[in-house]
Amino acid sequence: MSATTTAPKPGSTALPVFRPSLKVPVSLGVLALIALFFFGFMGPDQTAEMKISDAGDAVAVPALMIPGQVGGIVFGILLLAMAAYSVYLWTQGEKSPKWLPIAFAVVFVFALLVWIVAGARQPSISLAGLVAGSVTLAVPLVFGSLSGVLCERVGVVNIAIEGQLLGGAFTAALVATMTGSPYIGLIAAAAAGAAVSMVLAVFSIKYLVNQIIVGVVLNVLVSGLTGFLYGTLMVPNKEQFNTPGRLDILPIPLLSDIPIIGPILFEQSIAGYLMYIAVAVVWFGLFKTRWGLRVRAVGEHPQAADTLGINVNATRFWNVTLGGAIAGIGGAVFTLVTIDSFTKDISGGRGFIALAALIFGRWNPIGAFLASLLFGFAYNLQSILGIIGTPVPSQFMAMLPYLVTIFAVAGLVGKSRPPAASGIPYVKG
Amino acid sequence: MGVVKLELKGISKAFGTFYANQDIDLVVESGQIHCLLGENGAGKSTLMNVLYGLYEPTAGQILVDDQAVNFRGPGDAMAVGIGMVHQHFMLVPVFTVAENVALGAEPTTFGGVLSIDETRKKIREISDRYGFDVDPDALVEDLPVGVQQRVEIIKALVREAKVLILDEPTAVLTPQETDELLDIMRQLKAGGTSIVFISHKLREVKAVSDVITVIRRGKVVGDAPPTASATELASMMVGRPVSLSLNKAPAQPKETTFVVENLTVRAANGTNVVDGISFDIAQGEILAVAGVQGNGQTELTEAILGVQEHVTGSVTLDGKQLLGLPVKDVLRSGVGFVPEDRTVDGLVGPFSVAENLVLDLYDQAPFASGISMKPAKVAENAKAKIEEFDIRTPSAGSAAGTLSGGNQQKVVMARELSRPLRLFIASQPTRGVDVGSIEFLHKRIVAERDVGTPVMIVSTELDEVIELADRIAVLYKGKLVGIVPAGTPRDTLGLMMAGVGPEGGSDD
Repeated sequence: MSATTTAPKPGSTALPVFRPSLKVPVSLGVLALIALFFFGFMGPDQTAEMKISDAGDAVAVPALMIPGQVGGIVFGILLLAMAAYSVYLWTQGEKSPKWLPIAFAVVFVFALLVWIVAGARQPSISLAGLVAGSVTLAVPLVFGSLSGVLCERVGVVNIAIEGQLLGGAFTAALVATMTGSPYIGLIAAAAAGAAVSMVLAVFSIKYLVNQIIVGVVLNVLVSGLTGFLYGTLMVPNKEQFNTPGRLDILPIPLLSDIPIIGPILFEQSIAGYLMYIAVAVVWFGLFKTRWGLRVRAVGEHPQAADTLGINVNATRFWNVTLGGAIAGIGGAVFTLVTIDSFTKDISGGRGFIALAALIFGRWNPIGAFLASLLFGFAYNLQSILGIIGTPVPSQFMAMLPYLVTIFAVAGLVGKSRPPAASGIPYVKG
Repeated sequence: MGVVKLELKGISKAFGTFYANQDIDLVVESGQIHCLLGENGAGKSTLMNVLYGLYEPTAGQILVDDQAVNFRGPGDAMAVGIGMVHQHFMLVPVFTVAENVALGAEPTTFGGVLSIDETRKKIREISDRYGFDVDPDALVEDLPVGVQQRVEIIKALVREAKVLILDEPTAVLTPQETDELLDIMRQLKAGGTSIVFISHKLREVKAVSDVITVIRRGKVVGDAPPTASATELASMMVGRPVSLSLNKAPAQPKETTFVVENLTVRAANGTNVVDGISFDIAQGEILAVAGVQGNGQTELTEAILGVQEHVTGSVTLDGKQLLGLPVKDVLRSGVGFVPEDRTVDGLVGPFSVAENLVLDLYDQAPFASGISMKPAKVAENAKAKIEEFDIRTPSAGSAAGTLSGGNQQKVVMARELSRPLRLFIASQPTRGVDVGSIEFLHKRIVAERDVGTPVMIVSTELDEVIELADRIAVLYKGKLVGIVPAGTPRDTLGLMMAGVGPEGGSDD
């Protein structure tokens, strides 16, 4: 691959010049060539239609029509140019700027989308639907990863996000059915998540049990408990215990008619609006308030916090509890928004994806939010592509979210630093 | 709030059955620098942690201005005007100076929103008043230790501390930084702050104290005026007469057998933590490597031993290249190595003393034949070494981790010195070791030199360097500032430790 190798400049061998890692230039180069070859030269002949606004929208925007093969070649060349720029920077001894891999990833994903759509039986998708669906699928992930942020920032590893989601989902379905109000179900879900979290908090903070083990055990426990109650209670008496009804969608007039952004931001259930509020509040709280400063200090250097009169273990306990409540609300989304009943293990491993989103988002609420959106996008792509009849086998499509997770966490995160005291119990003295 | 008089009455602090402090009485008058002098492990830090509310005393009372107080946490201690600078700084590395200072006493506006500007202003004020030169927006992890210490002092002053406890504040400083700190202490005293100064370094104590209280094994031995001689103070600390000077014969260097050339170690972040170092050591000579902690000493010794990665240059012993050899082969070439942290790298804590004494030879005769070990030989060896090195242990089968620091170090030293050596490297040979054991360990090191082994000592204690060295190499930021003969004045060495080359010496 001549595009990715360059002869070292004369004289540069005399002194050990520090060179940034070749990881980024090489991986971008390889991906660009793959894109050019498969999406371009081997690309499909059909034209992909990308609808931006739906038929009923107030503002009509014409759809994007991108011819498969030509589009693939154009995108491939664009990607190669970015890879070449990265290689050029490397020869100058400079690191690629952060925006470069991100821009590369956006173009690559778009090229992939065009390639798949143009090759499908019915070469047309709605971009608006794709994005809105991604957000919907991301909602539980966002709540889950926020829970992780709150716990890890204070020094407790929360592997039990899965259990908190599941506990929330079950409780929401049960309580909403019994009270007849999904809103009460939502509150009950928060309480259930908090309860699961308190077990984690007590065992890891007071009894110093390994946090990873407590978390894993809690996941198994909640799965078993809800599975049992589902089988004995909900299956035989569905009407009484498992018909929660849905949270109403509350569109904001006018604003919800804006193409693409409208349905994402202004046409949500209360849980969707809560998500945006929670991300903003947690971010502001962590970085702009006294509470956040103390929380972060406890997660970074608990002893320092202790010598300044901050109660380390109480701070940890309440933060972990709060995190559980937030994850519980996320769980309620499964049974009160996505579908309107509980089934066994309905969270389906989303808690672990949320954990990945938290790491990919570098322990920052906004980062975790964006990472969750990416994973939500991967989930949604999988289902939409199934509908339009892509030639890619469905098993591969089902792997998509998890592949994205692995690449995101292993490849793109780079050196990110978790809170220094994360996972370490605090013992005085 | 006015000045504060502080009194401790009959303070005892027990951990299980072990008394770290027993029946301690102490009065700190306002506007004085009161020194607590004692060896490592004498109970000074425990006492101060009691005073600062971190530990609850088992018995006894704390009086502030003749009023009995009961501290439930450091917050209570701070509230009456007690501030503490811990030996290991209590700063959050990823926070800015201002965030660290604000933490725990944050100025906020409505709803708990931080107003960090107020803290910035206070820091600038204090920084100007005492000439600290601290930037409120710098990240603490980017600051040199001397400046971090000032941040700790600012933290106490912002909380209007009237009594400032400084726990071994000079351990991490260069001699020049130490002098600056002593000046700051005098300034603070002039401003009406009383200071409790904890140290085991006699020179500093004598230079700055108004009153000296000596503590030994958790008990107050007595008070001494700062005019007391160093020997008197040392004897009080140890409980028996101590000779502070090691009477060693002048070195008689023979053939030069250990040569290091252009040794460079690159760290993960791409900087050179050891940067082109060259030196040699002759048989029968001690080269002491001086420098403030963290200037490449650890990496230098580990590179020679072969446990560092990304090493370039050359290390030859008896003409044989050591770089690139597995650690085992380096050791078998006759290198004895005492690592700087005995509890992490020198010993296996839960293993018995006897087992620790053969960690390097367990697979060789006479301790093993084929795949089986010979416990009788191991026990025999242990008995001999325990006697020879005066290791105070309940038995050869006791876990090494339960011994005192000095005795642990003797175990490591006994093991490393029991092979026929061609080179002996000891890193921080007496860190955390009682004065009595220091004497013994120093004599053993000199004895090893006198049988004709090249010896390399790495120490951050300038006193120890001056005591042992035949030649002194000074490291600063991974570079060799210079190699000077023994007898070079302290001031010169101090400047070298801050990166200033010796007069007439080579200065890059």
